[in-house]
Amino acid sequence: MTAPVISFRGASRTFPGGVRAVDGVDLDVRPGEIVGVIGYSGAGKSTLVRMINALELPDAGTVTVAGRETGSLGERGLRELRADVGMIFQQFNLFASRTVAGNVGYPLRIAGWSRERRRARVAELLEFVGLSDKARSFPAQLSGGQKQRVGIARALATSPGILLADEATSALDPETTQDVLALLRRINAELGTTIVVITHEMEVVSSTCHTVAVMEQGRVIEQGPVYDVFAEPREQATRRFVHSVLQDRPSDETLARLRDLFPGRIVTVRVRAGVESVLSELLATHEVRSTIVYGGIRELARKPLGSITFALDGDPAAVDALLAELRTHTRVEEA
Amino acid sequence: MTDWAALAPVLWLSFQQTVYMVFWTMLIAGLLGLALGVALYTTRKGGLLANTPVFHLLNVLVNIVRPIPFIIFITAVGPLTLLVMGTTIGTQSVLFPMAAMATFVIGRVVEQNLVSVDPGVIEAARAMGASRFRIIWSVLIPEALGPLILGYTFLFVGVIDMSAMAGYVGGGGLGNFAITYGYQQFDWPVTLVTVVIIIVIVQAAQLIGNALARKVLRR
Repeated sequence: MTAPVISFRGASRTFPGGVRAVDGVDLDVRPGEIVGVIGYSGAGKSTLVRMINALELPDAGTVTVAGRETGSLGERGLRELRADVGMIFQQFNLFASRTVAGNVGYPLRIAGWSRERRRARVAELLEFVGLSDKARSFPAQLSGGQKQRVGIARALATSPGILLADEATSALDPETTQDVLALLRRINAELGTTIVVITHEMEVVSSTCHTVAVMEQGRVIEQGPVYDVFAEPREQATRRFVHSVLQDRPSDETLARLRDLFPGRIVTVRVRAGVESVLSELLATHEVRSTIVYGGIRELARKPLGSITFALDGDPAAVDALLAELRTHTRVEEA
Repeated sequence: MTDWAALAPVLWLSFQQTVYMVFWTMLIAGLLGLALGVALYTTRKGGLLANTPVFHLLNVLVNIVRPIPFIIFITAVGPLTLLVMGTTIGTQSVLFPMAAMATFVIGRVVEQNLVSVDPGVIEAARAMGASRFRIIWSVLIPEALGPLILGYTFLFVGVIDMSAMAGYVGGGGLGNFAITYGYQQFDWPVTLVTVVIIIVIVQAAQLIGNALARKVLRR
């Protein structure tokens, strides 16, 4: 295992007024990883990510980024750290008074680059994000997707090893979201940039993240490879979150309607890799009438994940036998 | 009948005095007011240079000075004017109370215009490692430039208004001219002509200000 490039150790951040936005977090991010920070709003995701580039400092514990402890940095150390950590935002946060080229060149000005080097680097970055023809445009003249690509070019200007994305696609339409996510994956693959994304969108996690950290009330309650966390959530809060983003399980109201509509027992069967064939075989060999009444399966990290709700009708003993056998293969919940 | 031949040179001199007072007041108070406004905006809670005692001091100072009627302010700061300008009479000496009052007024207007700047943009600059002072001059002020130009145009009219009152205590200018040769001589056409000249100056300033702001805001 390579040494983590970002590591939180018992890190907390309490705001004046007593709100503990981040509460004793331990978290490691490996170089070249794309990690998703997920959780409901107010869980502390934004504060956690802002502790990586020292926009927020821990008031307990430590945050170490590329070998620097953020709490101990002076003005100069802070500038060096921030040159090594790019950031993009939900609302893009471009300078309206500067052109696209001016926006992308701004971090290079701070870093003290000469005019010629700046110009060459800006051209290179705009080429990379596919906006070479927009160098002289102002942000107000761009679409949302173009603005975010300018934001990305600006964040990459000083070739940072780490990129932070705070809900970077939440203000974009689905198609543009895909473009921007593809760009993030390309940055990760081609430049080896470590990326930390805050998101509440399933799309972002399933298509782009390698690992996820689930936050609740300032704590990271669960972390690991995306598929593991989503397929086998350990914590109640994670389960709730996973279900709300997968939307593959009927709500209580829906269940009540299903019970009225269909005879027999209503059961929800979790589907993950290997379960699909078992499921069809069991349904074929037991004398039970099964009706699919709800659910869905999607692909996550190239593996299937989801759940299907059945109404099972037939001889009670046969239904019991089917469920017993199913339970040896996957999780079955009965409403 | 009004003797325009005799009044014309006086009117011309008054015009020059008004231009002199307004120009220097706008220049001095424009810069000091910008500094004061930036200080008010950045020292408030959560600001770039958050410093509650300094903010309250400046805030109270502005709130005390600003509501004082200017004509009373001129006389009230007389001793200070004497100290700084060496005299309390004349076009030059009245620059002190004008610039002082205008600084406080401009400071407040600048502060209000800066509030319109998206805090996210400032956060972005911080995330790039820009120092606080660099953010002030390279992000905060440029981002607020459009509204600031409109604010200064508005204040220009206020300063012309001020200069008319300055005339009352020996500052000269068009205000003094209108009072002395118009109102006090019961010569209504003189007052009218002066008013028209002032309207023309104000209109010209407003047109230029609007055009500049439009140019900046079109981005």
